[in-house]
Amino acid sequence: MLNKYPLWKTLMVAFIVALGALYATPNLYGEDPAVQVKGLRGVEANVATLDTIKGHLSANNIDYASIVLEKGQVLTRFRNPEDQLKARDMLDDNLGKQYSVALNLTPATPAWLASIGGTPMKRGLDLSGGVSFLMEVNMKEAINKAKIGMVADFRGDLRNEKIRYRSVKEDGNAIVVKFRKVEDLEAGQSLLKKRYRDLLLNTDEDTLTLTAQMTELKLKEIREYALKQNITIIRNRVNELGVAEPLVQRQGKKHIVIELPGVQDTAKAKEILNATATIEFRLVDTEGDLTAALNGRIPASSILLTDKSGKPSLLKKRIMLTGDHITDAKSGFDEYSRPQVNISLDSAGGSKMSNGTKSNIGKPMATVFIEYKPTKRRDAEGNIVFEKVQEVISVATIQARLGKSFRITGAGSQAEATNLALLLRAGALIAPITIVEERTVGPSLGAENVKLGFQAIMMGFGLVFIFMIIYYRAFGIVANCALGANLVLIVGVMSMIPGATLTLPGMAGIVLTVGMAVDANVLIFERIREELREGKTIQQAIHQGYDAAFSTIIDANITTLIAALILFAVGTGPVKGFAVTLSIGILTSMFTSVIGSRTIVNAIWGGKSLKKLSI
Amino acid sequence: MQILQLKETVSFMKYRKIAMVFSALLMITAITSLVVNKLNFGLDFTGGTLIEVGFDQAADLQKLRQLMQEKGHDDAKVQFYGSSRDVVIRLGLREDVKAEMLGNEILSILESGTGQKVDMRRIEFVGASVGDELAEQGGLAMLTALICILIYVAFRFEWRFAVGSVVALFHDVLLTLGLFSILGLEFDLTVLAAILAVIGYSLNDTIVVSDRIRENFRKIRDTLPVDIINISLTQTLSRTFITSITTLLVLSALFFKGGALIHGFATALLFGVFVGTYSSIYVASLVALSLGISREDLIPEVIEKEGAEQDEMMMP
Repeated sequence: MLNKYPLWKTLMVAFIVALGALYATPNLYGEDPAVQVKGLRGVEANVATLDTIKGHLSANNIDYASIVLEKGQVLTRFRNPEDQLKARDMLDDNLGKQYSVALNLTPATPAWLASIGGTPMKRGLDLSGGVSFLMEVNMKEAINKAKIGMVADFRGDLRNEKIRYRSVKEDGNAIVVKFRKVEDLEAGQSLLKKRYRDLLLNTDEDTLTLTAQMTELKLKEIREYALKQNITIIRNRVNELGVAEPLVQRQGKKHIVIELPGVQDTAKAKEILNATATIEFRLVDTEGDLTAALNGRIPASSILLTDKSGKPSLLKKRIMLTGDHITDAKSGFDEYSRPQVNISLDSAGGSKMSNGTKSNIGKPMATVFIEYKPTKRRDAEGNIVFEKVQEVISVATIQARLGKSFRITGAGSQAEATNLALLLRAGALIAPITIVEERTVGPSLGAENVKLGFQAIMMGFGLVFIFMIIYYRAFGIVANCALGANLVLIVGVMSMIPGATLTLPGMAGIVLTVGMAVDANVLIFERIREELREGKTIQQAIHQGYDAAFSTIIDANITTLIAALILFAVGTGPVKGFAVTLSIGILTSMFTSVIGSRTIVNAIWGGKSLKKLSI
Repeated sequence: MQILQLKETVSFMKYRKIAMVFSALLMITAITSLVVNKLNFGLDFTGGTLIEVGFDQAADLQKLRQLMQEKGHDDAKVQFYGSSRDVVIRLGLREDVKAEMLGNEILSILESGTGQKVDMRRIEFVGASVGDELAEQGGLAMLTALICILIYVAFRFEWRFAVGSVVALFHDVLLTLGLFSILGLEFDLTVLAAILAVIGYSLNDTIVVSDRIRENFRKIRDTLPVDIINISLTQTLSRTFITSITTLLVLSALFFKGGALIHGFATALLFGVFVGTYSSIYVASLVALSLGISREDLIPEVIEKEGAEQDEMMMP
């Protein structure tokens, strides 16, 4: 029989639309004001933190709706924004430096929806308000630093092996070593070849020069390292800002995107992002009296510092080594599979370390992390006052005379070793970063954009709706049902895909899809009318109409999809949001306007003998 | 309801000379304007700083301009944005290293200078290198899109159609750019996105027409290619109009309701849909026709089934 779908097919279409509707529903619920407490620098919020927060809240008579510990952070929901603000200020004062306390708007998705993975769509910064930065890593500087380090390394290596050279200089991307004798040139070549496998060595016996060229691979490695290091550092700093859902992501070869939803004080954000952190290695003052020092009698040559749990250490004032000599720090395992941190220094750092440790074997050495944190105070010119915060992050016993590379064991758990390595790297920024783009959207504009976008979608939808009913009557209603299902599916899919973000151009994309989605139905309906005019029976006309229009619809949509995908690949931020909704809209509209509308048409008109068709 | 009830085939191709001259004139105008006036590139491409603020009452632009000048920002362009309460201030790139702090500085100048509460709506800062990269990427994106589409259409139809549709796309993009150049409208990233959407839309139209031309070449024998094209255009005309109408309906919703940020985007698409509709009728088919499209090019070679006769003979 013509135009009859088997029951399973009808049910499948209904099921898909229902599924889309189910995942679209979280968008109908509002948001709860909440406060999010997160541990800083490797500290994880735990049950004890949860109890502390509960204690503080009830002690201050602040009413809360719920409190949960999830993914290492404590989320407290409140019934109104006043309680939320009160709680944030109170917790910020009471919890101290180990935690960041952030305001958040948490989706009020019911538990049963959340348990099947239902979440509302993520809103872009142009809708939620907030600031996004694009930071550029200075790659030239990263490579420069690597070259300077290599010149020093070459000199040291040649000197140690007693190979005489005339000069070591950098020249473009290469390092040129000049010798006096052919024998020295050959000895130098074999030595450097052994030590630096990632360099291309060329010798010229006439001029007695050796040229070491960095391979493309080596250059790429340096760039990647500089980028990754900066990302880790920025992540750490962003955590200090107390932002609920920050995003730090690489973009392309040398850029880092930072999105801070809800942040209005961009000046503070910028100062923190531009702030510097350093590392220092100091000997522990083992002769000094710690108890006396705690009572205020600190020896003149020493300073008193604490670690993150507040345990004090008395350290020598003289700095053995500063963090800018660190070229790399990685966590790993020693031969007894205990966590350790491997540290590499440049050659100047190596000799400093070796001088500093040779007479101190068996003594403890402390690693100090220094950061400049913004305070709430401002100076006369209105600039934020920064406070120097020094913290002991590790104390380890010197086992031997240390050189260019050494390791710190006994750092505790694997997580702590990883964190220590991260902090060590953070203290030695190899490539400076600059803000090259900033986009701040105020909360009023964000709310206005949501309103305008929503209105435009509704109005566009309404206009098309009316037009289709007037023009195609009963079939117009079918097309409108398909269009409605399409809208539901777009929202559902957008909510399901974790990476999809709704932006203002994204909303424009939805509007555009509404206009273009009916095209498929127009094609089909016009074809049915044509077939009817040619004198086909009604059932044949419907069948032919859908069949003949199908390949056209596919071709037309695929080409638009190509344009959308290219836009997705090149675009960033809001424009990417447009590409996302357009692509999703094209795919869902093909489903609803071809299969979806056919299901309805078949159910109503299919298989019956009809005299007239309302089209 | 029926808007167009065409009993007779419209001989679209009769006016092809006029259409050709018309299109050529439009394209020359667009190119001239692009060369002379250039495009008014937005912040995304030029770099610089933009601050949008909202006042409680209508703002006095003259006073604000004076204020900017007093504080040493001579290059500040102060304009209304959407309404008389919203003001946009644009500043060029500065050699100053602290360029990213400029936005906050302007904001405090405005607050202290006017004595009014100022609502920060948005601050955008784009460095010089970013703009250059973006312009390069944008151009590349458009080129890649055109090439990919050319390959797809050539693969699905025939090279003459592919050339026709790409010429049509080029025509549409050029005219839309020309419109932005002539009217001096700001060309930013969202407009670039809109132009790529125009490419998608215009192609959509062209493909529907080409599809019908192919079908008719197969169905109708002993007819001149010109007539086949006329028949196909007539048959698809009603659909072309209705889709254009629905798209224009939603776009006007976007244009009037979408707010100032979306204005450029909606303008590009509105215009793009107009020229896209025209070009799918006149440019794409005309190019395919001029390149000598014929029945033979579109009919797949029929491979005779072996033993077909035998089957017949064995029928009882």
